[in-house]
Amino acid sequence: MPSVRLAKVTKRFGSITAIDNLDLGIEDGEYLCVLGPTGSGKTTLLKLIAGILKPDQGEIHIDGKLVNDVPPQERNTAYLPQDYALFPHLSVIENAAFGPTSREIDREQAIEISGKMLEMTRLAGRAGSFPNELSGGMQQRLALARALASGVSLLLLDEPLGALDARLRVELRYKLRSLVKDEGFTAIHVTHDQEEAMVVGDRIAVLRHGQIQQASIPFTIYNEPKSIFVANFVGGANFLEGFISERGPSGSWVQLRNGLAVRIKETGYSPGERVVLAVREEMTEIVKPAKRNGETNVFAGTVTSASFLGSLIRYEIQLENGDVVNSRMPVSLRNDSVLSGERVYVRLQPENIKTYLSPSGGLYIELEAV
Amino acid sequence: MPSVRLVNIAKRYGEITAAENVNLQIENKEYICIIGPSGCGKTTLIKCIAGIIEPTEGEVYIDGKLLNKVPIQERGVGYVFQEIALFPHMNIYENVSYGPFVKGWDPEKAGSLVEEMLNMMALRERAKDQPNVLSEGAQQKTAIARAFVSGSLLLLLDEPLGSLDAKVRTVLRHELKRMVKDLGLTAVHVTHDQEEAMAIADRIIVMKAGRIIEAGTPVELYLSPRALFTANFVGEANFMVGEVMQVTNKGVYVKMNGAVLHSSGKVDFKEKKVVVAIRPEFVGMEKSGVRREAWKGTVENVIFMGGTVRYEVRTDNGELIVVKRPFASDTYRWDAGSHVYLVFPPNAVLLYPYPKAGLEKEISVE
Repeated sequence: MPSVRLAKVTKRFGSITAIDNLDLGIEDGEYLCVLGPTGSGKTTLLKLIAGILKPDQGEIHIDGKLVNDVPPQERNTAYLPQDYALFPHLSVIENAAFGPTSREIDREQAIEISGKMLEMTRLAGRAGSFPNELSGGMQQRLALARALASGVSLLLLDEPLGALDARLRVELRYKLRSLVKDEGFTAIHVTHDQEEAMVVGDRIAVLRHGQIQQASIPFTIYNEPKSIFVANFVGGANFLEGFISERGPSGSWVQLRNGLAVRIKETGYSPGERVVLAVREEMTEIVKPAKRNGETNVFAGTVTSASFLGSLIRYEIQLENGDVVNSRMPVSLRNDSVLSGERVYVRLQPENIKTYLSPSGGLYIELEAV
Repeated sequence: MPSVRLVNIAKRYGEITAAENVNLQIENKEYICIIGPSGCGKTTLIKCIAGIIEPTEGEVYIDGKLLNKVPIQERGVGYVFQEIALFPHMNIYENVSYGPFVKGWDPEKAGSLVEEMLNMMALRERAKDQPNVLSEGAQQKTAIARAFVSGSLLLLLDEPLGSLDAKVRTVLRHELKRMVKDLGLTAVHVTHDQEEAMAIADRIIVMKAGRIIEAGTPVELYLSPRALFTANFVGEANFMVGEVMQVTNKGVYVKMNGAVLHSSGKVDFKEKKVVVAIRPEFVGMEKSGVRREAWKGTVENVIFMGGTVRYEVRTDNGELIVVKRPFASDTYRWDAGSHVYLVFPPNAVLLYPYPKAGLEKEISVE
C-alpha cells in the first residue's frame, strides 16, 4: 500500500531552487492537497514523486522503498497532467484502457476494467466517442478514469480541475474526492485554489518558495495558521500593524496607528515589539448600537463599500484611525440597514485575533507574495 | 457617452449557432458581466460588440450609432483579452502609454495619465521592467492599465482575470471595479466565474446555448432567480421534485416523498409537477424537532470550508440536502452520524415548473 516520504529533497533548475530541502510524509489512503501560488514548486514536487524529474538531493520513498532511481512506469503511480494528455485518435474506452494494456494485462480484461471505471466516472454512454467530442468536464473525468483503470493506487493530480469553469469545478470537486476515497486510493492533489484544497484534502500542505510552510488538517490550517502568508493565502484576513504597548498576565495591548489600542490574548511578545494582528473577515463583526463606543475592542468606523457575493455580503469599513477592515456576513444573517456611508462599530474579540511578529521585509511583501 | 444596444443578434458557423436572438441594452457607466458555461456564446457576444466578429444577423449600436461594418479600431473601445497580450520588447511604461502614443496625444498630458494609472495599479516601481520579468498578475494589471489609458469610455473585458491564480483574481477584481467606477467608464466583462460576476457587476447577464436566459442584479439573480438554470449556475442550490398540493393566501404547499414543503412564492404556471430550489445557507438545522414542519435526517458528511461548514444531510424521506452554516457564529457543531432536524424557511423556497428537458439536463453546467 502506498505511503510516500520525501526526506530533505532539493530540486534546482539552473540558479532557481524549485524545491528546497523539503520533508513530507503522506499516509496510505490519505488525500493530501498541496496548495501554493504560481511558482511555489507544486508541479515540480508532483513530478519528483512521479519520477518525471529526479531530485538533486534527498530521498523519495514510496511504500518504504527508495525510488530515486526507479523509472516512472515502475513506481505504481499515475500522474495526471493539467492538460489531461488524452490520446486524440483513440476513443474514450481505448483511452481508458491504455493504462491496463500498457501493463500487459490481456485486452479483454483491460476493456472490462476500463468499462467499470467509465461507469464510475459517468462516461459509459460515451465509450465510442473521441476526446474532442467531449466537454471539458468529461475530458477531466476520462483522464481520471484512465488513471484509475491503470491499476495503480497512488494518484498524482496536477490541478485536476484547473481547466474547468468555476461552477463546474465546484460541482466536480466533491465527486472527485468521494471517488478517490471510495476506491481507497492515496492521492496527492496540487492546486492554487484554497477553497478546493479545504474541501478535498484530508490534509493540506501549504507550499511557498519550494518549502512547506505548514502541513495540517484544513481545520488547523484555517484556525491556527502559523504565518501571515498562510493566514492570507488560506481564507484571507484583515491585517493590522502595530506594536505591543503593554503586557499583562491575562493579555496585552497593541497600539495601531494613530493610537488605536486593541486588546489581545497573552502572546509572549514584549512591549515595543512590532506585530501584525490578523482577524478573519467573518470574525470581524459589525455591531450597530451606538452605545458600544468605549467597550473594549469596539471601534467606530464608516462603511465604504458593501458587496453582495451571494452566500455572503462583504463590507469594507474604514476605522477612525485610518485602517481599513473587511467584514463578511452570511446572507442569511444580513442586515439590510448597513449601507455604504453608514457609521458602524466593529468588534474584534481578543480570542479571534492572531498575533505575528512584524515581518522583516514588511507586511506588504508577505501579502503580495500570493 | 457609451451605451450599447444589441438587437436580434445571431451568429452562426455553418450548422453551429453560437448566438441566437440576443437583445441587450447596456446603459452608460454600467458594469455588466456576462456569465455562462463554456460554449454558451458569451465570448461571441463580446466579440460582436468589439467588432472582431460580424454577426450573421442583427444590429450592434454603440452610442446609438449602428456599427456592424465599423472595424474594431474605429469603435472607440478598450479590449482586454484572457491571454495577456503585452508587447514583449517594450517596458511596462511603454506598454501602458502605447495608446496615447499612437494617437499622438500631447506627451505631457499622456505622461501624467500614465503615471497616475501606474500608481493606481501599484506598478510604478515596475515601470522600467520588461513584461517577462513580472508575475502574471502584474502583467495582466499592465494590460488593464493600458486599456484604461487608451481613453476609451467603453471597456470590453474577455475573461481578464482568467489566467490568474484564485487569490490574485479576488484581489484584482476589486481593483478593476473601483477603477471603472472612479473613471466613469462603461464595462462589459465576460467570465465563467459567477462569484467574480457577483462581486463586480451592476447587472449580470446569464447565457446558455447562445441565448440570454436571464438578466438581473446580483441580488436578484441570487435571491430570486427567475430561471431554474440560474438558481444552479449562480451559487449552489438543493433541488427537489414535487407536486403542487395546495395554493392558499399564505403561499404554495408542495408534496414530495411523504413530506410537505411550504413556499411563500407564487405559482404563475399551470404545471402541477414542480422543482423546488433552496440555497444551502438558508436551510435551518436544529438539534430537536420542536417544529412540526421540520424534516428529520442524519448528517452523512461534514466538510470544513473555513468561513463555513458544509453538511450533507440524508433526510428520512430520502432526499440528500446540503446545508451550509457560518463557522464563526454557529455555537453547535455536528458530526457525521448526528441526527438533526431541517427547517426550510418559506421565503427561501423557490418554485419552478418541472422542465421539459428534465431536471438534470436543465441545470447542467457543462
